Amino acid sequence: MYFKRKEFIQLGSLATASVFMPQFLKAFESGKLVPPGNKVTVIIQLSGGNDGLNTVIPYRNDLYFSNRPKLGIQKSAALSLTDEAGLHPSLTAFKEFYDDGSLGIFNSVGYPNPDKSHFRSMDIWHTASDSKDYWNTGWVGRYLDAQCKGCDKPTQALEIDDVLSLALKGDQIKGLALEDPRRLYNTSQEKYFKEILAQHKNDVHEQPVDYLYKTMAETISSADYIFKQSKQRPSSETYPNSDLGKGLKTIASLIFSEINTKVYYISLGSFDTHINQEAQQKRLFTDLNDSVKAFVKDLKSNNRFNDVLLFTFSEFGRRVAQNASGGTDHGKANSMFFVGGGLKQKGIYNPLPDLTNLDDGDVKFQLDFKQVYATVLNKWLGADADLILKQQIKPLDFI
Amino acid sequence: MSVPVQLKNQHLLWRAGFGPAVEQWNDLAKVSPSKLYEALEKASRKGPMPLKVADNVVEGLMNGIDGVRRTEMSKEEKQQMQKKSREEIRNLNLEWLDEMVNSEQQLREKLAFFWHGHFACRNLNSFYQQDLINIIRKNALGNFGTMLKEVSRSAAMLAFLNNQQNRKQKPNENFAREVMELFTMGRGNYTEKDIKEAARAFTGWQFKINGEFIFRPNLHDDGVKTVLNKTGNFDGDDVLDILLEQKQTATYITTKLYRFFVNDEVDKEKVKWLADRFYKSGYEISALLKDIFTSDWFYEQKNIGTRVKSPVDLLVGIRRAMPMQIENEETQLYLQKILGQILFYPPNVAGWPGGFNWIDSSSLMFRLRIPQLVAFKEAFNIRAKSDDDQDMGRMQAANKTGGRIIQTTIRWEPAMKELEKVPRENLLSSIAAIIWQTDSSKMNKVMLEKFTDASSRERYVQTAIIQLMCTPEYQMC
Repeated sequence: MYFKRKEFIQLGSLATASVFMPQFLKAFESGKLVPPGNKVTVIIQLSGGNDGLNTVIPYRNDLYFSNRPKLGIQKSAALSLTDEAGLHPSLTAFKEFYDDGSLGIFNSVGYPNPDKSHFRSMDIWHTASDSKDYWNTGWVGRYLDAQCKGCDKPTQALEIDDVLSLALKGDQIKGLALEDPRRLYNTSQEKYFKEILAQHKNDVHEQPVDYLYKTMAETISSADYIFKQSKQRPSSETYPNSDLGKGLKTIASLIFSEINTKVYYISLGSFDTHINQEAQQKRLFTDLNDSVKAFVKDLKSNNRFNDVLLFTFSEFGRRVAQNASGGTDHGKANSMFFVGGGLKQKGIYNPLPDLTNLDDGDVKFQLDFKQVYATVLNKWLGADADLILKQQIKPLDFI
Repeated sequence: MSVPVQLKNQHLLWRAGFGPAVEQWNDLAKVSPSKLYEALEKASRKGPMPLKVADNVVEGLMNGIDGVRRTEMSKEEKQQMQKKSREEIRNLNLEWLDEMVNSEQQLREKLAFFWHGHFACRNLNSFYQQDLINIIRKNALGNFGTMLKEVSRSAAMLAFLNNQQNRKQKPNENFAREVMELFTMGRGNYTEKDIKEAARAFTGWQFKINGEFIFRPNLHDDGVKTVLNKTGNFDGDDVLDILLEQKQTATYITTKLYRFFVNDEVDKEKVKWLADRFYKSGYEISALLKDIFTSDWFYEQKNIGTRVKSPVDLLVGIRRAMPMQIENEETQLYLQKILGQILFYPPNVAGWPGGFNWIDSSSLMFRLRIPQLVAFKEAFNIRAKSDDDQDMGRMQAANKTGGRIIQTTIRWEPAMKELEKVPRENLLSSIAAIIWQTDSSKMNKVMLEKFTDASSRERYVQTAIIQLMCTPEYQMC
């Protein structure tokens, strides 16, 4: 990979924060809220394969209980949504979202020829490839490729984590992973790195190593930008002291600032509940519930709830039948939650899983997740979904 | 501009091995690359010591965790086996890493590393994994056809690609598809029909619980099949032979090797020349390697210092330059995990994508810090992502501890000895010329000096080596 000299010099100049200064100053001066209409997406990955049937519970279905004599959740315990379905008892906030019209649910989301390996199935969700294809770029990454040609700040997609997921890796542009804006900033401030970067700028060789310098320059300038933005309108809401809670608080603070980020990505896990599912899912759902509850409250009190679409996904659901260890093994299709003030349709979007018509003991997929991605890209982020997903997919109508 | 012989030799050692060992530093300018290649080839000739971490055959028998014996084992037994198996794969990883660092058979281990990515396989059974890696290490420099056949009969691969489920009248195409798409011809050179027919030929290819290959005639479809325009009563070996008869297989493999060992940007003319000879030789890997590593073009400037080191190249290369004892060896797995390449856990059957895919903002910033973390025992609190295939939902707790320290004792004596004749004022340039594969002539010495410790010659050498490694330049080879 070679760069034209001029192009590189432009990129290299990012190393200094000065290019951003006018905007910072403007933001500091105005101190106003970001105007509505600046849409963002928050993706919560439920790692490990969340058990969808104990998330959206078909409590009128005898097959559900006969398959799960021990693990099945009774109607009396579930949080009732409809005659047919209720939510896991820990998801009280999601029940409130449902009641006030800010929750949407898709059932039986998956893809053809599903794979039951965590890694492979997660890869498929991250890349949005067919299960027979192996792609090296993620769908959010390709969104960056499509939207950010010539962007001066590569912060359009951020993952709250130490390590960047494949989902955020594009061919030309990659998202940025950070656990905490301050820590990223401190790391990037190391004097040695700043100096080698500074001296390299004066000495451009147009070699592949320059790509690394470009990445380094972008990281340092982005770290600076993100840190400054995170301090502009920090959230004052109380969040759970969990990784997810802290992460969502960081995301809220960034959303309130004038940052250009369109996609936030964060994970919760592990939902790989082969044994003692009840306790583990309860613990994780309590975290999910309390964190998202605080996040939504925060967004509402800052008038940004209508601009945010939060959704959850997991690499697969779990088997319909419980196993002998108080858990469930890897399954196939699963449910997805959508939370936001801007949903066009509310409630449960499609029928509950058909437990009489299973795929080798697993829930069959009725909706391809790529259709969900296409909808988010096309209708929420205003991007060219066909280009990004490399196929023509008809968007859905829920947003 | 002519390339100095030292740089050429370092280039060879990085590509045909895991970089120069510190003990080689003084000799780097003293031999010609062709002589050095001869030595590398000779050192690898005796064949590898098999890696052995799975206790014994019985252990292997008992480790039949991949669905074969599930019904006969109690839940606790199964969990014990899985745990043991994961530990053994971890040991396999560490032992192989040690071989890469210490073995004289650099060429063999480097090729094995290439084939490990080519014949990528995830299997949680340590015994099967051990068997597969030893097949690969044994054949790494031998005949590609032989290796292909042995790999195709390994329990690890048959299990990973679902051939146990490939039966007469109920074929599973996964194995046939990947053999064609990823192991031999590459996409676009066969039809879906070819895959279906080939899958029929592989029916009955199974393995026993102890990992031994077994052909089960009653599961085999012995009807007539047509694969790539050949028709016959084919079995699996016949199909592999048909695939090897295709010139495209030689082209596909050579292209992949060229991208790995020479340059990501393929020179079609050179690959064609190489592939022709590879095909004519009947797929002799050593002959192909000799064609590459003794050519003049391999040592051209445009091929030097232009590849991003894979995480394993990086970690092994550091250990070869700074020999060290690592007390908490398993942190090496953690580093692999953070950087995105864990031996024995390729992302999928297509292997690691490589090149600039290794680099994003967080992986780069972490790479830049590794030499410091290793040498100064600085604590770091970077968390790797959990991998539920490995962790079975239990990683999170262990992952949380944070503040990790890589406990090392570095032996600096070899470096001091190798550099003892270098005058003080030339030290920095000399070290840079060894550590970097990119042009170090325009290096900003004044700036770098600021970050070295000049209180003694030892400290100066040590800090210079470390600082030069904490650079983008060191990520390239």
